[in-house]
Amino acid sequence: MTTTSARRTTPEGAIGESPLRPDGIAKLKGEFEYAQDLHADSMLWGATVRSPHPHARILSVDVAPALAVGGVHAVMTAADVPGRATFGLEHPDQPVLASETVKYWGEPVAVVAAEDEPTARRAAAAVVVEYEILQPLVDTDEADTADEVFRRMTIRRGDQRAEGAVVVEGYYEVGMQDQAPLGTEAGLAVPDGAGGVDLYATSQFVHVDQEQVVASLGLHPNQVRSHPAGIGGAFGAREDVNLHIHLCMLALYTGLPVKMVYNRSESFTGHVHRHPARMWYRHHSDRDGTLVKVEARIVIDGGAYASTTSAVLANACYFAVGPYKCDSVTVDGVGVRTNNPPCGAMRGFGAVQVCFGYEAQMDKLALALEMDPLDIRRKNALATGDPMPTTGQIINTPLPTLEVIDSLQAMPILDLNLSENPVHLPGGTGLTTDAHHVRRGVAYALGIKNLGFSEGFDDYAQARVRLTPDGAVIETAAIEVGQGLVTVLAQIARSALGISAATVKHVDTSLIDSAGSTSASRQTQLSGGATLEAARQLRGQILDDYSGDDFDDVGVWRDGELVASFEEVATHNLSKTVTFRHPPTSAPDAEGQGVVHADFAVAGHRAVVDVDPELGLVKVLRVDTAQDVGKALHPESIRGQIEGGIMQGVGLAIMEEIVIDQGVIKNPNFTDYLLPTILDAPDVEALLIEKEGSWGPFGAKGVGEPPTISSTAAVAGAIRNATGKSIDRVPVRPQDIAFG
Amino acid sequence: MIVSFFVNGEKTTARITEPASLLDVLRDQLGLSGSKSACEQGECGSCSVMLDDVLVCSCLVMASDVEGSTVVTVEGIATRGLHPVQEAMHRAGAVQCGFCTPGFVVTAAALFDANPAPSRDEIKEALAGNICRCTGYGAIVRAFETLAEGNR
Repeated sequence: MTTTSARRTTPEGAIGESPLRPDGIAKLKGEFEYAQDLHADSMLWGATVRSPHPHARILSVDVAPALAVGGVHAVMTAADVPGRATFGLEHPDQPVLASETVKYWGEPVAVVAAEDEPTARRAAAAVVVEYEILQPLVDTDEADTADEVFRRMTIRRGDQRAEGAVVVEGYYEVGMQDQAPLGTEAGLAVPDGAGGVDLYATSQFVHVDQEQVVASLGLHPNQVRSHPAGIGGAFGAREDVNLHIHLCMLALYTGLPVKMVYNRSESFTGHVHRHPARMWYRHHSDRDGTLVKVEARIVIDGGAYASTTSAVLANACYFAVGPYKCDSVTVDGVGVRTNNPPCGAMRGFGAVQVCFGYEAQMDKLALALEMDPLDIRRKNALATGDPMPTTGQIINTPLPTLEVIDSLQAMPILDLNLSENPVHLPGGTGLTTDAHHVRRGVAYALGIKNLGFSEGFDDYAQARVRLTPDGAVIETAAIEVGQGLVTVLAQIARSALGISAATVKHVDTSLIDSAGSTSASRQTQLSGGATLEAARQLRGQILDDYSGDDFDDVGVWRDGELVASFEEVATHNLSKTVTFRHPPTSAPDAEGQGVVHADFAVAGHRAVVDVDPELGLVKVLRVDTAQDVGKALHPESIRGQIEGGIMQGVGLAIMEEIVIDQGVIKNPNFTDYLLPTILDAPDVEALLIEKEGSWGPFGAKGVGEPPTISSTAAVAGAIRNATGKSIDRVPVRPQDIAFG
Repeated sequence: MIVSFFVNGEKTTARITEPASLLDVLRDQLGLSGSKSACEQGECGSCSVMLDDVLVCSCLVMASDVEGSTVVTVEGIATRGLHPVQEAMHRAGAVQCGFCTPGFVVTAAALFDANPAPSRDEIKEALAGNICRCTGYGAIVRAFETLAEGNR
């Protein structure tokens, strides 16, 4: 850099561009260090003893046979948990290790540390646990009747006696979906030699992990440092603690670093899943299609422990009507406790399940009224200034529902002739489909969801922006799970500070306050907001210090003259730390009313499918979308979120389901839990709708979840359109098409 | 038993004391952690390597069977800089969490080494054994279509 360099008005890699990922090359070369790849000298390997029963009383645990295995350093049970015996993201109701009873299949009962992984697993298998098998509670109605519930939710808005001229009813079910991140749960705990511990583990929220480790280990908060580690995908699966406390217990007990990596079948029991749901809907409308009243009853199965069931249920109820105006709303929801696998956060968080229900209802209404499916949605489209149909909250950020609908309608359905190549037919490479029998279907669906945490939660993120000779360094504990936070925070800093060099540095929980969870589509808005404000303050200080009027890669300028070089400014180790909060929210009243959300995003999808009606097979050809993004900070990453989210939505629509029999997962592996491959991927045309005015940085909204919300409903609707079958359950199974 | 084989051009030996896959040996004994373990049953392709010029899931290969073989892992795909398939994925935004990425790199390198200008269908067919949970495959297809176009 010299004083003769041309001055730039916009730094390179600023917002609105799509700079390349800073971690891309390391990931492409296999050099990026994931939690699975961590290593420490003298480290031991951990393994977990799990319940083979969904519900049983523990009569005895004999660890002696495991301790007798050569190379075993420790076997720990519930009696060895030094502090709080339970943990939980919202309510600490889950035992660190089960003591009296086990309540779900795969629940941890003991943990082992040994010199290598095979030895640890052999030792875990040698622990003898005597159980008295109990009847598992697996039926949601039975649980509801027995008042085994995590939360009940009531929404009453408007005239409860209102009735419409046209009424349609439906009953809908959503199966249990797995996040199936490619990287399983993994971590390394390293004792610090002074009674404390450093934890490096898969996570979406290191500060809340740290709090839970501190409580269950009975340590002082400054004795536990949780470090962001390399993550192989998350999608909600890493919000809850799983191996974190176990690793720290084993490390402190043995005095040695301990590593643990779940295998795939363990991973299916080691994290929470998307809640299966049952929904009863009744929609009333006028003859012109105006919604008069929506009634819904929603039951979600939380499984054995609380996790985030309360919040997921609330979301399902708050978004039970969708992005539509309606003055009379009745919603009753319940999240029940059973002996099924625990459920919690997954991309879309309650909004996905109800979207399948209400969008099927909107199509039913359109059919009953002989209206175009987009016209009925347009007629009822929710907009800025309207009250939320459920909570009554006035929407005061941009909500371009109408623009989403108009954009979807304007997007041409690209010419899709039936392929000559049988590989492209529903039977795929099985070559089983008779091309003459294939039926094509098209459907639309819209979805809405909150951004950030709701119901009065103090939702904040801290970030620090430091000026170094190498450029700006953004220090944060916000987790990068693959979505591109490391790219977008740097873009925000570049734009706000005015310089081209910016990188993100992840720091542990002792060095910075919480960034909150990488969930609820919130980090771009929250950690991005903190980064923006810190960078602005830093720029302000630099200009003040040198009485300058501009700052860029060259240095500080005043009236067109360079007054201090970048190198000079960077010697002062300037930094600003900012904690950013979104507008406050509050808990709902007894009828579910109130300002419970900070912001919303709306998206719509149009699915085009080919169906083999005899074999019940589906090929999803296209899923086109329009999405409200506020301001597109990194268009290519947004497209990546959209395509990836749609693929997970398609998975839920036609193939992905955890099959449970009496509390036992029957398909805890990638051979039997079907994930979409590249041959299942639809073509996607995506339109980003930019309407600024949100409180996110530069007006940006979170973009991660909307792609999964209505894509499932659109695909299911398209199958319904192709076949005329009711399609009241996802994933749609071949028999639902062939015999439904 | 002792097994000797070549990994990324270098002769190496591994001591195998119990049933282990080639993937276990690469990751745990040889420190080559680029190949990933994600499904342990050959469904996801995250552990893809070239074994005597044949693309395999290293989780399905018994380590005891590779005596005298030549193995190329993601770490050996590019002798210097980036292989064109790596460059193409980087530029197209085809990497998110990256856990599947090494498998895609090895598989795509095998495809492009055999067929420098594959069609869209050929690209999809070649990559059908690799699961990506983040991208929805769009950027991956675009990356390799662009690379193939450039090679025509």
